[in-house]
Amino acid sequence: MPSPTLRALAPALGALALAGLAACGSGEPAATGSAAPAKPGKIAVAASDTECKVAAAEVAAGTTTFAITNGGGKVTEFYVYAPGDRVMAEVENIVPGLTRDLIAELPAGTYETACKPGMVGKGIRNPLKVTGEHRPLTKDAKLAQATADYKRYVKSQSETLLVKTQEFVDAVKAGDIAKAKALYPVSRTYWERIEPVAEIFGDLDPAIDAREADLADGEEWTGFHRIEKDLWIKKDVGKDGPIADKLIADVKTIVAKANATDLTPLNLANGAKELLDEVASGKITGEEDIWSHTDLWDFDANLEGSKAAVQALRPVLEERAPDLVRTLDEKFAAAEAALAVHQKGDGWKLHNELTKAELKKLSDAINALGEPISGIAPIVAK
Amino acid sequence: MAESGSQATSDGGARTEGERLSRRKLFGLGAAGAAVVGAGAVAARSLLDEPPVAHASSTSAPVPFYGEHQAGIVTPAQDRLHFVSFDVTTGKRAELADLLQEWTAAAARLTQGKEAGAFGAVGGDAEAAPDDTGEALGLPASGLTLTIGFGPSLFDDRFGLAAKRPAALADLPKFPGEQLAPEISGGDLCVQACAHDPQVAVHAIRNLARIGFGRVSVKWSQLGFGRTSSTSRAQATPRNLMGFKDGTNNLKLEDAKLLRDHLWAQGNDWMAGGTYMVTRKIRMTIETWDRTSLAEQQAIFGRDKGEGAPLGGKAEFDTPDFAAKGPDGQPYIASDAHIRLAHPSNHGNAHLLRRGYNYVDGSDGLGRLDAGLFFIAYQRDPRTQFVPVQMALAKQDPLNEYIKHVSSGLFACPPGVRDAGDYWGRALFA
Repeated sequence: MPSPTLRALAPALGALALAGLAACGSGEPAATGSAAPAKPGKIAVAASDTECKVAAAEVAAGTTTFAITNGGGKVTEFYVYAPGDRVMAEVENIVPGLTRDLIAELPAGTYETACKPGMVGKGIRNPLKVTGEHRPLTKDAKLAQATADYKRYVKSQSETLLVKTQEFVDAVKAGDIAKAKALYPVSRTYWERIEPVAEIFGDLDPAIDAREADLADGEEWTGFHRIEKDLWIKKDVGKDGPIADKLIADVKTIVAKANATDLTPLNLANGAKELLDEVASGKITGEEDIWSHTDLWDFDANLEGSKAAVQALRPVLEERAPDLVRTLDEKFAAAEAALAVHQKGDGWKLHNELTKAELKKLSDAINALGEPISGIAPIVAK
Repeated sequence: MAESGSQATSDGGARTEGERLSRRKLFGLGAAGAAVVGAGAVAARSLLDEPPVAHASSTSAPVPFYGEHQAGIVTPAQDRLHFVSFDVTTGKRAELADLLQEWTAAAARLTQGKEAGAFGAVGGDAEAAPDDTGEALGLPASGLTLTIGFGPSLFDDRFGLAAKRPAALADLPKFPGEQLAPEISGGDLCVQACAHDPQVAVHAIRNLARIGFGRVSVKWSQLGFGRTSSTSRAQATPRNLMGFKDGTNNLKLEDAKLLRDHLWAQGNDWMAGGTYMVTRKIRMTIETWDRTSLAEQQAIFGRDKGEGAPLGGKAEFDTPDFAAKGPDGQPYIASDAHIRLAHPSNHGNAHLLRRGYNYVDGSDGLGRLDAGLFFIAYQRDPRTQFVPVQMALAKQDPLNEYIKHVSSGLFACPPGVRDAGDYWGRALFA
């Protein structure tokens, strides 16, 4: 469960968007430093498993608050996208029956909103028009905006990572194998979306995410994959209490560190590339989740995380390399389409259910996207 | 692809050595053809104004087989490799010793550009299968060396050799991140065939395997091209498939004292004058590497890509200055740079003689080249040389994001064969 302690983690960096739990009864926005005052009136979003009804299709430039109520049976997410699926604001983990607020700072322009019941796929989209004064940013301001936007994304993802990892850890400690297996790929989704940021803290990444093959003789194995093996192979997590406790403690530490770290535009560009490298070297080969075979969850999360970093840079790229933006849009869409074929229910097919030919198609799509992504760093470094 | 003529024999030198006329030379057309190709390649090099590629006086000449040490170790590295690992299938010690004698005799002939057997590919009884397979007819010796090694498993209880297992032939520990495929790892025996012509190397392994049928069985084998190390100061430093010069700081033929201290086994037992070989097949994810920025590639290696100079230095052979810091206050050579982690100064002055080759085993079915480095290193004691260096690399090297060790081999290479009355491993079986 999210708790007020989560709020305490919110860095005062002039966050542009905040996810708050209406159910907590906290009416006023959390401490946001210089954030613009919320305008009266919220835009209601009625989300279900099949619908996403947004009460307004046009709003004024500035701060807008959405109140998303999940009337469906699946956990959902709500996003506001600028062109190219550049995430302007998002809120995850809206469980059935709950209402969560999302405060978005939106300049004039055309956007899309999306509910993602089951948290997979492109979601249920609606157009959103924002009208009013448009103040173009200077070049430096655009870069600063890109890193601020991406930091906000990292913050939002990492908060949900904490929540979902806690749920996973609780299921493990309760010995509920079925529930823990279901939560394993879900909690990892939030990890895999922001892993390059986590990797900055070298010693914690292995503690959380090391695979058995990564260890030397005598090294202690902790983290997600240790529990994965116990869940799928040993089918017994009776002794994993301390491992589970350490996992959530490590995740808490890394989330705090990640949110306190300054990122540069080059970090974003390289992070986007690294996420695709992860897909190419670990997920397509099935080496990431060798016991659960849930590699496609991680694949999807890496792809989303890569896209979030790229799209945060979009205003800069639009100005400096519009052709590259076109190519990236095309290749991201192609990679997403190649992956979407393997969606199954609210999740994905298992890696071992894919043929070699199907894996090759995914590999080709990632290589096609990886090349243009490697062209971003020199452009933002100019 | 890489099997083009540019690396073929460059001057057909074998044809001038009339006193050692071999059957191959009787079919000399092939050699002449190769010489033409080679001449073209040399001309093309000059046009491109590349620095001269230093080789022995001739890439077609034979390398002496007999000597204190086995050839193929400090021999200036040839361009091509065919490496093979065998399981011994006979349970009889005498049959194994016989095989080693037959192999030694064949190796003595093959390395001198002769055929595997006395009758050869076409000189025997028409009703008999030829005692040489024939694909090297007309080709010169091409610098062929054949180097044998004995794996730890040879010293189990099958042949009564357990008491003779050297301490230095201790099983390698598990290294973090390695994903070894048992079917392409280890083996009771190995033979490293190196030559300037791939067909000559393949011919040698093929004929040794044939001689061994019934007594040994090929467990796995590996083709390599483009030597990735220099083992002589007369050789230019080549590049690995990541595009970097590899082996700049290698032990070399000319380093007599270092060779004595770091390469050759000492003492009075059967291994005196021998050495220990470690092989590692290192798959590279070259597609993701190729998308990595030049600055990051150079930071990972700790050398610049063009010249091969250590970062902060100017020329390839400059001694790396691990303490030097750039204007940003950070060391030029990162704390986890490959050359820092692997440097002898960080491992009690442990040197290795590396003799690896690039490989491309086609593609992997996922649209990617199945490519990398077949690493070979010789040393006096892997426990204090290869193992600590590789452990440091396996734990910290950022290059690990782009590579994966998929096979491993460890072999004791006995000393050289002294003369025609000697054979590979005679002291072991004495």
